[in-house]
This record gives sequence, C-alpha cells and structure tokens, in this order.
Amino acid sequence: MSALAPSLRLPVVGLARLTALRARPSTVLALGFVGLVVVAAVAPGVLTDRSPTAIDFPSALAAPSWSHPFGTDEVGRDLLTRVIHGARLSLGIGLGATALAMSIAIVLGFAAALAGGIVDTLITRVLEVAFAFPALLLALLLIAIFGPSATTQVIAVGIGSAPGYARMVRGQVLNVRQAGYIEAAAALGHGRWTVIRRHLFPNAMRPLVAVVTLGVGQSIVWASSLAFLGLGIAPPNPEWGALLDAGRLYITTSWWLEILPGLVIVVFAVSVTTLGRTLQRRLEGAGR
Amino acid sequence: MKLAFRLLSVVAVLIAAASVTFFAQLMVPGDRATTILNLQNGREQEWTASELGPVNEKFGFDNPLVVQYLHYVGGLFRGDLGTSYTQYQSVNSVIGAQIVPSLVLTASALVVAWALAIGVTLLTVKRGRFVTGLGSGWETFAASLPTYWVGVVLLVVLAVKVPIFPVIGGSGAWGTVLPVLTLAIPLAGFLGQVTRDEFDKVLDQPFVTTARTRGMGDTAVRLRHGLRHAVLPGITLSGWALGALVSGAVIAENIYGRPGIGQVLVTAVNTRDVPTVSGIVLVVAGVYVVANVLVDISYAVVDPRLRSHSRLATA
Repeated sequence: MSALAPSLRLPVVGLARLTALRARPSTVLALGFVGLVVVAAVAPGVLTDRSPTAIDFPSALAAPSWSHPFGTDEVGRDLLTRVIHGARLSLGIGLGATALAMSIAIVLGFAAALAGGIVDTLITRVLEVAFAFPALLLALLLIAIFGPSATTQVIAVGIGSAPGYARMVRGQVLNVRQAGYIEAAAALGHGRWTVIRRHLFPNAMRPLVAVVTLGVGQSIVWASSLAFLGLGIAPPNPEWGALLDAGRLYITTSWWLEILPGLVIVVFAVSVTTLGRTLQRRLEGAGR
Repeated sequence: MKLAFRLLSVVAVLIAAASVTFFAQLMVPGDRATTILNLQNGREQEWTASELGPVNEKFGFDNPLVVQYLHYVGGLFRGDLGTSYTQYQSVNSVIGAQIVPSLVLTASALVVAWALAIGVTLLTVKRGRFVTGLGSGWETFAASLPTYWVGVVLLVVLAVKVPIFPVIGGSGAWGTVLPVLTLAIPLAGFLGQVTRDEFDKVLDQPFVTTARTRGMGDTAVRLRHGLRHAVLPGITLSGWALGALVSGAVIAENIYGRPGIGQVLVTAVNTRDVPTVSGIVLVVAGVYVVANVLVDISYAVVDPRLRSHSRLATA
C-alpha cells in the first residue's frame, strides 16, 4: 500500500471537499452503506452484541423475522450477525486483491511507458496474452495450482485484474509525460527520479483513484463468485463468499441463506461504484 | 495483408497462452508423479520409485523440460490438449462432449442480451424524463448484478416459489431458459448502457434531423439511422463480453446442474487436475481470441466507413 501513498494524498483533500459540497442523495446513501460495512469490519461489536458462532438448534433454518432479520442457518446461527462479522475478511480480500493488482500494474505500466523501446513492446505483448484469458478462468487456474484459501483468492483476483490496470497506468504515464509542467520541471534541473516522484507519479495516478475505488467493489464480487463455486474460504467461516457457499445446500428450502448475503454484496458493490463515479466526476471537474 | 498479419499475431498469442498453461503445470508444488498417484488413490503418502516409474513414463516427466514443452505445444497444433491427472484419459475426451452445451448457452445468452439491450434502448431513449430514467435505471441495476446472484434469485423465484421452470436444468430447451437469462440480464444492462449513450448522441446528429425533415417517422429514424450507429461500441464490447459470458457460464452451469465445461472445470479445480483446467482455459482463450478477430471483421460490415482503409490491423 505504501506505493500508493503519494497518489492518495490529493484525493483525500478531494474527499473532504466532497462532503462539504452538496452531494447527491445516492452518493450520501452509498457513503452511508460503505461506512456501515467499514464499521462492521473494524469493530463488529458496535453493530451487534450477538455471537456469529452461537449455535441454537431449536431455531435452526428460521425465516427472516424481527428477532432474526436475515433468518438463521442450519444450526440456528443468526445470519445478520454472521454477515456483520464476515465483513472484515471480505473487505480485506477486496482491498488486498486491488492493492496487489495496482502494485503489479504500477510496476509494469511505469516500466513500459518510461523505458519504451523493447521493454515497452515486451510488456505490451505480455498484457495482450493475459487478456486472452477470461479473468475468472485465470483465477481458477491459479486456484487449481495453489489450492483454495484466502491468500489464493487475493492472488487470483489480484493477478486477474492487473492487466487491465497496467494498460491504464501505461496510457496515463504516456499522456502525462507530454505535459508542459514535466518539461518545465526537467528544464529547472530536477533529477529524473525527482520529476517522476514529485510530478509524473501523482499526476498520472490521480485519475486512477476512481478506477481503484470501482476495483474494490469488483474484487469483492469476483472473490465471492469464486467462493460461491466452493473455491474460496471454506465454511463455517462467516466471510461473505463462504456464507454463499454454505447456503447453496439449502437453496430450495431456505432462500435467505443465499439471497441475503448476496444482496449485501450487491448493495456494497453498487455503493462503491456510486462513490467511484462521484469521485471520477469530481476529479474530472477539478481538471477542467 | 493486414488480415494475414492479424492472424499471425493470433497464433503467436495462442502459443504464448499455451506456454503460460504449460508452466502453470510445472508450478504445482511437489513432485507431479506423486501428486497424480495421491489424487488417484485419494490419500497423501510417499511412493516408491517402482510405483512412480510408470507414471513418469506415461506423462513423459522423465524427458527434459524442452522436450516436454515442445511435445505439449506441438500436441496443441494436432488438437491434443494433454492427459488428465485424475481420469487417466486425454483432456480432449474429458472436455469434448461438454463444450457444445456451454457454447449453446453462451451464444444464446449473447443473442438474448443484445435483444434485451436493443429493445430497452429503442423504447426508452429520449422518450421523456420518466421512461428514460426507468430505462437507464434498469441498465445500471442489471449491469451491477453478479451472475451468481441473478441465477440464485431466478432459481428461487421461478423454479422453487413459482415452479414454472425445473430446478435442475438439464440440457433441454425448457431447462435452458433460466441459465440463459442468468447470463443475459447483467450483460444486457452493460450493453444497454453503452448503446444508450451512443443512441442518445446519434439522435442529435444533423443527418437524423435531415431524415426527419424528409418526413421519416420516429420509429423508422430510430431503426434505420439510430440503431446502426448505436450498436457499434456494443459490438466491440461483445468480444470482451464473451469472456465474461464464459466465466458466467461456469457459474450458471453450477447453479442449475447443467452439463457443460463449468461442471468439469470446477471438479478439476477441486481435485487440482491442472492439465484439465489448463486445457479448458486454453480452449476458451482460443475461442475468445478468434471471436475478437471476428468482432473486428463484423465491425467493418456494420460500419462501411471502415471498409476502404482497413483498420483491422490496428483495431
């Protein structure tokens, strides 16, 4: 994550400005839901005082009700509590995969754009080959090799989405390199690395902050798709994908076990997308 | 000439892809012959040299890596994808029978998605604030749905609660409806978003105004002039969409217990049968790359402006 720090400095100011300015209702709702998930991830005890592992056989497979808003699973554990406690790992996988993808993308994208020549050709070709594999299949290949686990999920989703980001980073760097202020900085006698670190990197990365935001939502959806196929973290972990995996057995009798955790993932992905789009608009607006 | 160059680069990409899957097989931790014997016998143990010998010989693990590599890549040109670790048969025969239902599913989903996307676009672009909002709202919503969730909701609503369709789909026509919708709905949302933007712009173009002043009706303008332009970006994305559809097909086939590569693939990943996974991944990559070439060609068919100075090589 430290590689991202310089690029994140400016958008943080942007975010503060965003809350001060009039925001659309959809943005506020999205921010609220993402905030809720973050609280669940950091301190699940704030949102629920129940235990995600408390077994209660008499109320097993109970449909959603006031006492169990999301219903209960096959051993009577409260599903909402489990979803809240699963947020940490799910969010972690999403953030981890996006961070891995961006790190790979930054290395490849900057190397290709700055070195040029044969390095650029080589990296571009490698990316082209990577694009020949649909992302989920590439992820499945990696899981077949390393076996299913949270780490494999992060690696699989991260590597799967890296080529797309790498192409964007390369394009951004090539674009920003042409800018007058880069030439000016070089003319002022700043060293190559200073120019890259102080001027090229922050300016090339700024528009990608919105893309990264969208990427976190996508990564979570992806990781949960893998888990849904039984190739993620194994139940009884309350990670969102693992909940989906566990609920599949009861799909014809207890729909809530599958549909409600899925709904949480959908709403989270939509919220993150909404925030990403808002960020995109603000950043583009600031550039004009 | 440019087309020939393009085809050459497709072959190069496929050989590179094959190299990736070859090295993927080498990356499996531990000795491969031991892995195979463990898989086939369902336990974890050390095996003696005399037990490992026949396995090493059958799979050619004794040969130098270069020979193994050339054998693998060479085999692909003869249509041989290697040997499965668990089933002791060629990957071809494992995949062979399963690829057809998957292709049927994917192709039908692409057609249905386009029909849905075009239908919604034609009916809702520039039709007043409310209808337009309804259309674009539906697209944003549909596009953000994960495949598995659409599949599960359709299954619960239309097969369990209101039993119109079978829960276990099979490969019959009636059982194919829900899997196709599962794949088509998110894709329709995505294609619709792109087509809508373009349609919206096209309807403001001078040539559309000209057509209207000639007395052409609204429906005719939309069909004759708007549509052709509006589908262009969508066609480019259809090549990409195929990749998403194959990924989605794996999920849909698993939800509905439908025969296809999805089931084989997930079983192979679970048993860590890397040659089978590699084989499927490679076949899909091949279909995907070829489809993208076809997309470039069909682009020129829809857009006559591209025919004179072919952009195929650069597109």
